[in-house]
Order: sequence, then C-alpha cells, then structure tokens
Amino acid sequence: MLAYVLRRLLYALPILIGVNLVTFGLFFVVNSPDDMARMQLGVKRVTPEAIERWKVEHGYDLPLFFNAAVHGSAQVTDTIFFQKSLKMFTFDFGRADDGRDIAQEIRDRMGPSLALALPTFVLGLFASVSLALILVFFRASYLDFWGVVLCVAMMSISSLFYIIGGQWLVSKLWALVPISGYAPGLDAARFLVLPVAISVIAGVGSNARWYRTIFLEEISRDYVRTARAKGLSERAVLFRHVLKNAMIPILTGVVVVIPLLFMGSLLVESFFGIPGLGSYTIDAINAQDFAVVRAMVFIGSVLYIVGLILTDISYTLVDPRVRLE
Amino acid sequence: MGFLPVLLWTDALFFLLLGMGVFTIVHVRREAPLRAAWRRVGSRPSGMAAAVILLAFLAIGLVDSLHFRQQLPATEGAPANAPVAYSSEVLSALDVLLAPLRTRVEKTYSAPFATELYARETVELPGGGQARIYPRLTWGGAHLGEDMSKRDADLAKRLATGVAGALELWITVAAILVVILARRRGNGMRQAVRAVWRGETVLAWRSALVTLGCVLLVSILAIKLAPYYHVFGTDKVGQDVLYLSLKSVRTALIIGTLTTLVMLPFAVALGIMAGYLGGWVDDVIQYVYTVLNAIPGVLLIAAAVLMMQVVIDTHPQWFSTAAERADARLLALCLILGITSWTGLCRLLRGETLKLRELEYVQAARAFGVGTPAILRRHVLPNVMHIVLIALVMDFSGLVLAEAVLSYVGIGVDPTTISFGTMINMARAELAREPMVWWSLMAAFAFMFVLVLSANLFADVVRDAFDPRRS
Repeated sequence: MLAYVLRRLLYALPILIGVNLVTFGLFFVVNSPDDMARMQLGVKRVTPEAIERWKVEHGYDLPLFFNAAVHGSAQVTDTIFFQKSLKMFTFDFGRADDGRDIAQEIRDRMGPSLALALPTFVLGLFASVSLALILVFFRASYLDFWGVVLCVAMMSISSLFYIIGGQWLVSKLWALVPISGYAPGLDAARFLVLPVAISVIAGVGSNARWYRTIFLEEISRDYVRTARAKGLSERAVLFRHVLKNAMIPILTGVVVVIPLLFMGSLLVESFFGIPGLGSYTIDAINAQDFAVVRAMVFIGSVLYIVGLILTDISYTLVDPRVRLE
Repeated sequence: MGFLPVLLWTDALFFLLLGMGVFTIVHVRREAPLRAAWRRVGSRPSGMAAAVILLAFLAIGLVDSLHFRQQLPATEGAPANAPVAYSSEVLSALDVLLAPLRTRVEKTYSAPFATELYARETVELPGGGQARIYPRLTWGGAHLGEDMSKRDADLAKRLATGVAGALELWITVAAILVVILARRRGNGMRQAVRAVWRGETVLAWRSALVTLGCVLLVSILAIKLAPYYHVFGTDKVGQDVLYLSLKSVRTALIIGTLTTLVMLPFAVALGIMAGYLGGWVDDVIQYVYTVLNAIPGVLLIAAAVLMMQVVIDTHPQWFSTAAERADARLLALCLILGITSWTGLCRLLRGETLKLRELEYVQAARAFGVGTPAILRRHVLPNVMHIVLIALVMDFSGLVLAEAVLSYVGIGVDPTTISFGTMINMARAELAREPMVWWSLMAAFAFMFVLVLSANLFADVVRDAFDPRRS
C-alpha cells in the first residue's frame, strides 16, 4: 500500500511539471512581462521607464530561461522560469502585487474556506443521497416522476440565481442572517448558515439525479433479486445492500473533490464576503494579479492529484476485492 | 439605403454548424437505424416539447446572426463619386426587427408596463415653482396621451387581440399538420384529429402542438404589446429589458454550440487515436488531458481569458469595429471553454475505442489488411458517434450556465456583449436599490430557465434514445 502510494506520488511529478509548463506558457510566453506591465500601469502612464520600473519591482526583469549576463548556476536560477515557476514546487509563491506574502495569505484564508466547504460537502452529500434513495424507493410512481422533474428544474437554474434569490429572501426580506461578512471562531456560524444552505440546495438537483441513476443500475443486478427472493424487505435491500454496493461509483465522483474543498467556492465566497481562498482568487482575477492566480492554479492541481490518489485508496477501503499492487 | 453585410467569425461558424445540421438531417433520413433512434426522440412528449422551444430560441439566434453595417447618408457637398461610407455600428437583422425596442430608450428605470419613471424627479411647474413627481415616460404608453387611466383598458384590449391572433395562427398550423398526417396515414381527417388529440401518433405531435401554442401565445402577445409598452420594464440607462433578453439568446447559443464544435475534432481524433493505436501515442494523449484536467477549470479559464484580453487590448489594429472585437472575445471564450471541456469526451471515446478494437469486425478488417486510417474512419468513428452526440447535447446546458457565471465574474464575454451574465451582473446592484428593481433579474431568470430546462430535457431524451445500454 505504502509503496503504491509512493509510486503514485512519483507519477504525479510529471503531471505537475506539465501543469507548471502550461501555466508558464500562458503567463509568460503568450504575454510578455512587458504586456503585463502595460496592462497593470494603465494606458495613460505607459512609458518605457515605467514599464522597466514595474518589471524590476515585481521581479519580471529577468530573462525567461537563460541568463547570459551572470555566471555559474545563477545562469539558470536568475531567470523568470526558475524564480516564478520552479520555486512553486517548494511552495514558495512570492509576493502578490500589493506586496503581501502569498503563502501566508493562503494559510490565513484556508480556515474560512474549509468552514464553508466542509459543511456544504457533508450536508450536500447527505441530502443528495437521501433524496436519491427516496426516489429509488418509490421508483416508477408519481413521487419518483415529479421528484425527477423537480431535480431537472433545479439543475436548470443558474447558481447565480440561487445565491441572489437566497440572499434577497433570507437576509433582506426576512432579515434572519447578515447579508455578508465573516467573523472568526464560533461567531462564523451566523454568517455561514445561509451560504451553506444555498450551496447545498444549488447542488442537490443534479447530484440526486446522478445518484438515482447509480442506484437504479445497482438495483437491476442479480444479487438484489436474490436478496428479494430471500424475503428481505425492500428497505433492507435498499439500505443494507444497494447503498453499500453503490458506494464505489459515488466515491469516484466524491473523493476527488475533497482536497479541492481547500480552494473554497469562488462564487459563494465572493458573494457572501467570506475571506477564503475562493474570494481571494476572484479578487486576484479582477485585479489581474497574475502571481496569485498562478499560485492558485498550482495549488489546485496539486490538490487534484492528491484527490486522484485518495480515490484509489478509498476503493480498497470500500471494496475488499480491489487490491492496490 | 444600402448596407454592407458583415460576417463575424462566430456568425460564420454558427452558419457552418447549421449547415452541418442540415447535412445530418439528410444523412439521417437515408440511414434506417439513425432514423429509428431519432423517431424514439420524437415519440417522447418531453423531447418534442423541448425541441419546439429550442427551435424558437434557434430562430432568434439565427436572425440575430445576420449582421450588417448601414450606409451613412452622403455628406453635404461631397463629390458624386465619393466612396460610400458605412456606419461603424454593426447591426443584426434582429436589431432591425426590434428597432422600436432598441431605439426607444427611456431616461432610467421603469417598471413593466409602466407609464411613469420609477424614480421621482424635480421638475419646473409651468406656473413657476418646483415639484417632485414621477415623470411621464417618453415611449412607454405614449399612445395613451396624458390620460393614463386608459392604460388598463388598453392593455386588456391588446391582450385580447393578442390571444385571438395567437389562437388563429395556432389553429392554422394545427390544421396544416392534421392534413399532412391524414394524407400520410390515409384514413381520413377525423381519425387524424382524434389520433393527435389522444396522443396516438408515432411522433408526439400533441405535446409539440401544445408547446407551440404556448410559444405562439407568448410571442404574439409580445409583438402586440412591446411597441407600446416596456413589457419587461427598462434598466438603469433606460434600455428595454425585453430587447436585452432577446439579444442574450444568441450569446448563449453561440457559447453552447460553438464551444463543442470547436473542440469536437480534437476530442474525437485524439480519443480514437489514443484508444486504437495505444503505445506511446496513448501515453502522450493521456498525459496531455491529465495535465489539463489537473488544473481547476475556472482557474484555467480565468488565466486564459486574462491572457487573451491582453492580446486583444494590445492589438487594436486587428479589429475595424467594436463589434468585431467583442466577437473575437466571444470566439476566444468558446475556444478556452472548449480546451477545458474536450478532455471528458476524449476519455470517453478512448475507453469506447479500446472496447471496439477488440471486436471481431475490426479485427477482421485488420486481418484483411485494411489500413489504420480506413478502419478508424469506417469502423470506429461511426460506432462512437452516439457518444459524441450525447456529449454534445449534454454539454450545451452546462455551457450556457457557465457563460453566465463567467461573465458575472468578469472573465466571460466582452462587457459590451449583451449576455445573460452581463444582464445579471447589472441586475445585482439593482436589487439593493430601494425600492427594489426586480424585473431585469426576473427576465434573465425566465429566459435562461426556459432555455436550459428545455436543453436538459432534450438531452435526456437524446441520451435515452441513443445510448445502447439504456434502451
């Protein structure tokens, strides 16, 4: 098992390098640092000197891959590729345009993101699986039909409307919770109730429908018929057998998102003013702060790879037939 | 007055897509199994209803894709042989049809069917002094004159004529359909009417007719009312919200269709090659899509859009009009969304091809010495097309929703492009106003909901009809 995980981590390395090259290409080759400087400075203040100064200030005045002006190993290390791209592997992200340390910022913002994402994840999974089980239990009845119709209708509504509508109804009209904001510690609950509820509701339509099809596929298998023939009640079949056996496809979809919880939800965080990584990213996008976006891309891909490995490991825990060699 | 046709990039691709659609229909009519599958789609009431609504949206998008630049009137005293000047504003055929809605701009917000502005204004009274009143709208209900008490009666009259007109048109269409069906079935008009009424036709004509009735009713009411009132009110700068909603349809359709069209060749070619050839080709392709998958979608899109913005901003000489620039951005967004979405389809196709290459008929072809390209084209490609089709229709609604979110975040379409995302973005600030302005948001919501819902329903039906595992 340990050897397997180690090997998977080793496999992950070329993927991370690939991600690194893609982002490097996007951020430095498609656009030269000169373009970036021009955009940051705005049209009015662009002079060759201003561009040069901006590049020196932000460390973009180096050559891309090879620095002929210096000697020794500095020829490779004193380049944008090394300074801005390779250093990410040591989780050294440098500074944002406002001068703050990105790594520190990420550490500070992880908490709020998790506080929002974890309850959303757990409650969302619970709600979707329960709804799907209810629909499967009453399958081929009016309840099932209208339940599916409701799911399709719910997944046809843009998440923007859930957020705007929920905020308007609960915070503005009923004044139950604050519209936006965040407080550390237990006070956070007051601010988190609504965003969590909205995220759960926004996701339940498509997820419940997806789980329903998984359960239906499982229910048509032979062992279910055997269990019924044995005289087990429908409820016992559903909860004791089908639910357990449907775990593998559900896990495949679910485990991979667990590490991404750290990233938070971009939209919800920025709407509700939660100082997490999601709103950090959106702010960076709006401010066109490339250093932050680059760091977030890197972290996101690391977490994705961790998620893939976790998925494989989770298989062995659920299904003893799966052996990782 | 003359005009200069303008073919934007997205227009050209959109028409290409339509051409492919027509070609597919011709092809399907000749192939029995495909015809049977599509008949399964048509026999489901939800499929027919969704198709009618999608066709209505498609018609709006199509009319909105015929772009041109109007000829400017010759300047006074210019020589007779002076070159003809064209307006820098690119209009579409839809703009011409909706000219009353486009040009009748109020000062600022007004509620649906209102005759007065939504905000008080200080005006000078004719006899001296000032007053705070709700000023009369310039266009909304202008035909009523000063007597606004006539509004309700006027509305009722127009509603009634609208309903009557819709009913008339609907009966005509239904009658034509019944005549055609009766011809084809060859057992008389009465039987044909009864079959449609009871839903016993092969294709679900009853639900199609009911949906068509709703579409006709809504559109004829809009046609009757929109020239006289702001049916959905006006926004902050006094633009008619109905006009904005109709213009958003094209953006949504373009994003939803072109994205997949742009990336389809890559996904299909790479997926089939990876699955069939195996070896290092498979490794490389798998590596490429794992890398792309590993980058969180929104961030990859954000990064790519930021880059593209810089490229467009630093090369103003590439575009002769603002519309062309906005169009380039729209197309680039399609490309970027495509890059993030082709990986899923590619993986599916690779898996399916892995299965196909072990089947007897493919192995037989190989044993006979048929070349690899020929096998891929003749034996593998036709047998994975159902996956491609299912992926196409399933992705559509997700892309429409994604466009709204991305434009809202500011990494979507150009801010000057009218889209659901930009509409929602503007509407959000209006909700905080006191009293609240709710109609732009509701209009965007209604249009998007109907579009995405019918796309989802249609996708479901197509998947059921084409997925061999589900039939």
